[in-house]
Amino acid sequence: MARIELQNITKRYGGTRALKDLSLTVEDGEFFVLLGRTGAGKTTTLRVVAGLEKPDEGRVFIGDSDVTSWTAAERDVALVLQQYSLYPRLTVRGNLEFPLRPKVRNMNEDEIRRRVDRAAKTLQITHLLDRKVERLSGGEMQRVSIGRAIVRDPRVFLMDEPLSALDAKLREALRVELKKLHQDLGATFLFVTHDQVEAMSMGDKIGVLRSGRLVQVGTPSEIYERPHNTFVARSVGTPPMNLIEGRLDGESARLGSFVLPVSSPANSEQKVTFGVRPENIVIQSGAPAEARVFDIEDQGVIKILALDMGDTRLHATVPAGTHVNRDEVVRFGWKPERVLSFDPETGRNLAL
Amino acid sequence: MAEVKTKGEVVLNRVAIVAVVVALIVMLTPIYWIASTAFKPRSLATTVPPTVMFEPTLTPFAKLFTKRSQLRQPVEEDVYEAAPWWEKLIYDDGEQVVKNRKTGAITSSGYWDRYKNSLIVSIISTFLAVSMGTLTAYGFSRFKVKGEQDWLFFILSTRMLPPVVVAIPMFLMYRTVGLHDTHLGLIILYTAFNLSFAVWIMKGFVDEIPREYEEAALVDGYTRLQAFWKIVLPEALTGIAATAVFCFIIAWNEYAFALMMTSRNAQTAPPYIPSQVGSGLPDWSVIAAGAFLFLLPVAIFTFLLRNHLLRGMSFGAIRK
Ligand SMILES: Nc1ncnc2c1ncn2[C@@H]1O[C@H](COP(=O)(O)OP(=O)(O)OP(=O)(O)O)[C@@H](O)[C@H]1O
Ligand SMILES: [Mg+2]
Repeated sequence: MARIELQNITKRYGGTRALKDLSLTVEDGEFFVLLGRTGAGKTTTLRVVAGLEKPDEGRVFIGDSDVTSWTAAERDVALVLQQYSLYPRLTVRGNLEFPLRPKVRNMNEDEIRRRVDRAAKTLQITHLLDRKVERLSGGEMQRVSIGRAIVRDPRVFLMDEPLSALDAKLREALRVELKKLHQDLGATFLFVTHDQVEAMSMGDKIGVLRSGRLVQVGTPSEIYERPHNTFVARSVGTPPMNLIEGRLDGESARLGSFVLPVSSPANSEQKVTFGVRPENIVIQSGAPAEARVFDIEDQGVIKILALDMGDTRLHATVPAGTHVNRDEVVRFGWKPERVLSFDPETGRNLAL
Repeated sequence: MAEVKTKGEVVLNRVAIVAVVVALIVMLTPIYWIASTAFKPRSLATTVPPTVMFEPTLTPFAKLFTKRSQLRQPVEEDVYEAAPWWEKLIYDDGEQVVKNRKTGAITSSGYWDRYKNSLIVSIISTFLAVSMGTLTAYGFSRFKVKGEQDWLFFILSTRMLPPVVVAIPMFLMYRTVGLHDTHLGLIILYTAFNLSFAVWIMKGFVDEIPREYEEAALVDGYTRLQAFWKIVLPEALTGIAATAVFCFIIAWNEYAFALMMTSRNAQTAPPYIPSQVGSGLPDWSVIAAGAFLFLLPVAIFTFLLRNHLLRGMSFGAIRK
């Protein structure tokens, strides 16, 4: 077990800079999720940590050692990929044994067998051990991939979207299992995903990555409640946070012709982008603002309303019992203490 | 799964089968001709029209391996009876094996020596070209090589000139450095021929192998070389088989350089067989026997690797 620290990592591929001055710390035993869209540099970050890629600038630490110049083999990390991490020529057992067989490990057959059996049991794949990898379903393959990682007690676990190729049900099940595995092993996990639900539900900490830069690091609730900027704000939550252009004037927010209360007053009048999550919008007769219902999505427990306020499209989640009709004009307000203000130019959270 | 075919498809299928059969006949006739002539007695070898039904004999092979002279007078009864079966065949044909006056040892024709030379040169040069080609291809495929495209083009460009163009300078160089008429000389030459080709084909195959496999091995604690042995090589086997067959065929059949660069010690079979045509009245069935034996290694080699080749011939399309 060990902590991971990246210091000012820059990685270039030809002209493109995949990582820009990236610094990041994953504490010992932490489940750290790196969240980012496609091309954000998630895989590159993992490859730099694993030693498959040399950074152009910056240093990598695992535990107390500066491993920047170490080879992948020396770093003693485990890497689980979205696909292709199993050898098609080998059986499941062969694949699980593979990481134990390098000469440097010098492990005897009994020990290998014991570890493979233990890992197989943990992941409930004992019945698959003699099967060829090609004959496995996607979910089974990913279990085996994770098994390959846990057979040898690596110092840290690196996972590159290991669940993203699976269907929704399976993903959910494996998510829970991975989380449990993390608790049982007490190991350091650096987990990479583009799926915000995965990030929110699994991470002790989340790092939001955007074009090779780390935008914000925090616990899931910090990321959700106190995003540093509009990008982070829209990265988590479904539907994403509503962003509304308006003016902040004393204790009131002016949205077009409507005036709504806010709890963080400004001294001088200024242009602001207000951010409010759909669940903090309240539909109520007599509320200060007005919008037309454009669409209703009934999700059982809740309804998601798409509202048109002038040119602005908003989303609101309301209890399923709420009666609204399409094209109906409704009155709405918001919970003033949950409204965030962002700089309309830079997107920065004005409260921070 | 039972396929339902429309009438049109059935007709098309038949046409295709007929076309394949016709093509096969056209292509296999010369081979059949050589093979059948190799088993014909001399008298039937050149009949017009060709004899199709005949009693096969091993006489041409017996003659192929020995040096012979015409019998002046019929051979004595007891000598004939004492002779081994193949010598009898030669006597039957009105010839006798040339023997050492003192020791009585049989003089061989030299075919077997040439054949051995062919095997040595082809196998070693194929092994070298394929192994160096695979390693080079791996390097180009997995590492950033400065001017990669230019290097690859350069490697290919060594094949753009017809090799014979450089035959005379090569000949003089070989004479000077003492490589003329040596196995090593031919091996170097054929390896050089085949290397560019091996690099190009193998690069296609290696490119197809996901690098994630090796990278997983590297992370697991294997060195680059171990990962290459354990992961890349087994995955590339199909390509290696295909490349090996091609290289072997090219080396095995090479004629022009073998003719020029060798004279006695290292001469291979291709220049030897036609040299037999020139000495006296050609004995076509003996030549056919030589050619027939010469066909066998390629056929056997290809047959042994057939499972790999079926997939390998589609050049890199290993994965669905
Ligand atoms: N081998 C490479 N050569 C050139 N550019 C690369 C290479 N690998 C990554 N890049 C570039 O670096 C950037 C970051 O890529 P990376 O693979 O880390 O993104 P990612 O966040 O993992 O995306 P995804 O979610 O699609 O996997 C991208 O712009 C990508 O095009
Ligand atoms: Mg990626």
